[in-house]
Amino acid sequence: MTEKLVIIGNGMAPGRMLEHLLEKAPGRYDVTIFNAEPRVNYDRIMLSPVLSGEKDYEEIIIHGDGWYIKHGITLYKGHRIVAIDRGAKTVTSDHGVTESYDKLVIATGSVPFILPVPGKELPGVITYRDLDDVQAMLLAAQSREKAVVIGGGLLGLEAAAGLAGRGMDVTVLHVMPTLMDRQLDPAAGYLLQKELEGRGIKILCKANTKAIIGNGKVEGIELEDGRIIPATLVVMAVGIRPSVGLAREAGLAINRGIVVDHGMQTSDGSIWALGECAEVGGMVYGLVAPLYEMARVAASHLAGEQGAAFVHSDTPTKLKVTGIELFSLGDFADGDDREEIVLRDASAGVYKRLVLKGNRIIGTVLYGETADGAWFNDLKKKQIDISEMRETLIFGQAYQGGAPLDPMAAVAALPDDAEICGCNGVCKGRIVSTITEKGLTSLDDVRAHTKASASCGSCTGLVEQLMTLTLGDSYNPAAVQPMCGCTDLGHDDVRRLIKAKGLKTIPAVMQELEWKTSCGCAKCRPALNYYLVCDWPDEYADDYQSRYINERVHANIQKDGTYSVVPRMWGGVTNSGELRAIADVVDKFEIPLVKVTGGQRIDLLGIEKEDLPAVWADLGKAGFISGQAYAKGLRTVKTCVGSDWCRFGTQDSTGLGIRIEKFMWGSWTPAKLKMAVSGCPRNCAEATCKDIGVICVDSGFEIHFAGAAGLDIKGTEVLGLVKSEDEALEHIVALTQMYREQARYLERIYKWAKRIGLDEIRRQIMGDADKRKAYYDRFVFSQKFAQVDPWSERVSGKDKHEFRPMATIGYGQAAE
Amino acid sequence: MNWFAIGNIADIPLRGARCVKTPQGKIAVFRTAENEVFAIEDHCPHKGGPLSQGIVHAKAVTCPLHNWVISLETGTALGADEGAVKTIALKNDGGALFIALEDLMVAAE
Repeated sequence: MTEKLVIIGNGMAPGRMLEHLLEKAPGRYDVTIFNAEPRVNYDRIMLSPVLSGEKDYEEIIIHGDGWYIKHGITLYKGHRIVAIDRGAKTVTSDHGVTESYDKLVIATGSVPFILPVPGKELPGVITYRDLDDVQAMLLAAQSREKAVVIGGGLLGLEAAAGLAGRGMDVTVLHVMPTLMDRQLDPAAGYLLQKELEGRGIKILCKANTKAIIGNGKVEGIELEDGRIIPATLVVMAVGIRPSVGLAREAGLAINRGIVVDHGMQTSDGSIWALGECAEVGGMVYGLVAPLYEMARVAASHLAGEQGAAFVHSDTPTKLKVTGIELFSLGDFADGDDREEIVLRDASAGVYKRLVLKGNRIIGTVLYGETADGAWFNDLKKKQIDISEMRETLIFGQAYQGGAPLDPMAAVAALPDDAEICGCNGVCKGRIVSTITEKGLTSLDDVRAHTKASASCGSCTGLVEQLMTLTLGDSYNPAAVQPMCGCTDLGHDDVRRLIKAKGLKTIPAVMQELEWKTSCGCAKCRPALNYYLVCDWPDEYADDYQSRYINERVHANIQKDGTYSVVPRMWGGVTNSGELRAIADVVDKFEIPLVKVTGGQRIDLLGIEKEDLPAVWADLGKAGFISGQAYAKGLRTVKTCVGSDWCRFGTQDSTGLGIRIEKFMWGSWTPAKLKMAVSGCPRNCAEATCKDIGVICVDSGFEIHFAGAAGLDIKGTEVLGLVKSEDEALEHIVALTQMYREQARYLERIYKWAKRIGLDEIRRQIMGDADKRKAYYDRFVFSQKFAQVDPWSERVSGKDKHEFRPMATIGYGQAAE
Repeated sequence: MNWFAIGNIADIPLRGARCVKTPQGKIAVFRTAENEVFAIEDHCPHKGGPLSQGIVHAKAVTCPLHNWVISLETGTALGADEGAVKTIALKNDGGALFIALEDLMVAAE
């Protein structure tokens, strides 16, 4: 008979425990989870990258809804347990759900400590604990006003860096003389302070908060010394306290946390506790590695195994702020019985300190260069006598035993039991053997099978080196293809960092992302120009010198250096006046070829560059604007005649096509975007091989996307069916904007869709009305700046130099 | 060898190019991000693409037709491609630009 297991809390520790349990004893328990947060299990230590914009919430989910369904687990989201009845063996949530248990796991985590100062309850004072806090900070950051972070520890500094990156003016108040005083010695704390100050963050140490002031909302902070610091947002990050209220009311043994034995069992034999709320061996923990160790032990006992016991070990600390390398481990206080080895390189901003006791490492602080952290950790853990390598120890592993080793050899030299992933306690031997046994070839596979590099990600480089070592040339760590030879970053990283760092010019991108060339190349510059146009439509000034010639002169270059010109014909509809104007232009400029295109319009080929503005002037008089037949942007919307004329037509396909084209013309997209609207499933407009297509049916409009009829041939996928023209337009626009924001430059919509996943696109565009509306609104905003006819601009004199020779020599001109 | 005035450096956009018409064909005049000026034949060694229409980066231009990269200093194709265009001597006299053409080239008209 299955037993009932109830879990209170759905953070990282119980999530990991369930993974172990499902592996060890599948089907043994009927599992029910109550989560006070209204969401699934996510990677809480990655909240800082979400705050800084380097990751999305979706990217840090550990178990999606599907996981719970697959394993038959009942998850109550947004249910806080208010009572445990140990006699009846039941728990009750604040929404009135009562569930009975055979075994209960308490994983209530911790609560942020709130300084007991006046004004602490004012609106605008928040803590930093969960996704709601991050969202509150992101909202506040939009004001770009002043923020104060109280607490110069790990969380406080990550919050400060994130808010500063989002454009806020940030001051950090720290009560101790140096930052991160629990993890860093004063020297490293000083270097860290200098680095953060260099990023525009103000740091006040020895700053005691006396009160938070404000009338109805936060206006500032008053310090003990009388100073007032104005702020519209105050983030308290002064520490956490185990959340033990519920357990205390249930009568369990409580000290600082819920007291458990080394098998994670509480004073009640049916109840276990783990995570930040648990106290084991007199210690409570806040870093993920020991919490995962607790999860392993608890799962083992719940699976009926005996003997698993929690063992304390020091966990290295790292700061998740991009560009700051920091590593701290163990005990580094001064003492008579201790010696230390220190290395400083002021110009490189490097500081390293090893604390030794009896020729063994007991503590390590590394700042600026942390590559040897794993090695020092290994020496400390094994308590290796270092007297023989003492002279060169501080220089790191590469300097042991003669010539400096390359990083690959250093990894190769690590023993099998060297810990690679601190968060998940995965050692080298386990990674190597799993790669070999399971035939793993990608980083994602290794993460899935070993958990190494699956939490904070700071060991990713080491794991990749191990993969190279194990797989040889068959492993290509640059699975992320760099954009071009000017950078090692891939398109996705560059797009993410442009947003995260608020980079708004091409030189700023190249500077901040450490481009290897002085001004890029013909591959990266057009891509960067597009990303900046897309991301900052109102602020970015288009860089024409970074545009391909066609987009620079708004015509299509031909093999002989002449140009072709395609005026826009809305929905492929024209009239006698327009045709007459085209005929006149053809005669006047002796245009050699007139050709009807596949996109239902007319191409005028063989025009000399100098003639382009005059050709456009004449076309403009007839009402034509550029058809953007040259653009990585919206091209045409092809239509059939639809219900107005066709005996089979179900809707006004021509009208809808024209409406879409008038709404969307001028928009830049990652690659060309071609659309079509067919009035019935006979599909005369060939909508099912377009980037986006619509098939009108009696019941509405079937929206298609991700077709191709070029290098690849591929029928479209169905996005969904909508009832009205208005809805069709909104869905198409939202889809286009999602594509604009996510795709890599020159990536057609079908390739992007394959990469992102069709279901994900349907989920966001069809399933999430708020998201759809947000995409739609961003597109509409960017159109304010995009819908300018480039031809009329140039007829009025813009970029004149483009269309005229600089000089003409030799025709009657005398030599100087 | 004769020097011909072709205009001022300010007539060329930064990281851009203009062309000069001569009886022997077009000459492309480039201005780099560093304000250096170069002149080469406006004719890619590959399929004759107009190099003056390409994207200028460092001291090179990428041809608009098939993305050959041509050095502005030497006129040779960079990377895996092989070929060269003629470079034209150019003088920058305080912003006033002059290119050198052989007498024969001018007289040939």
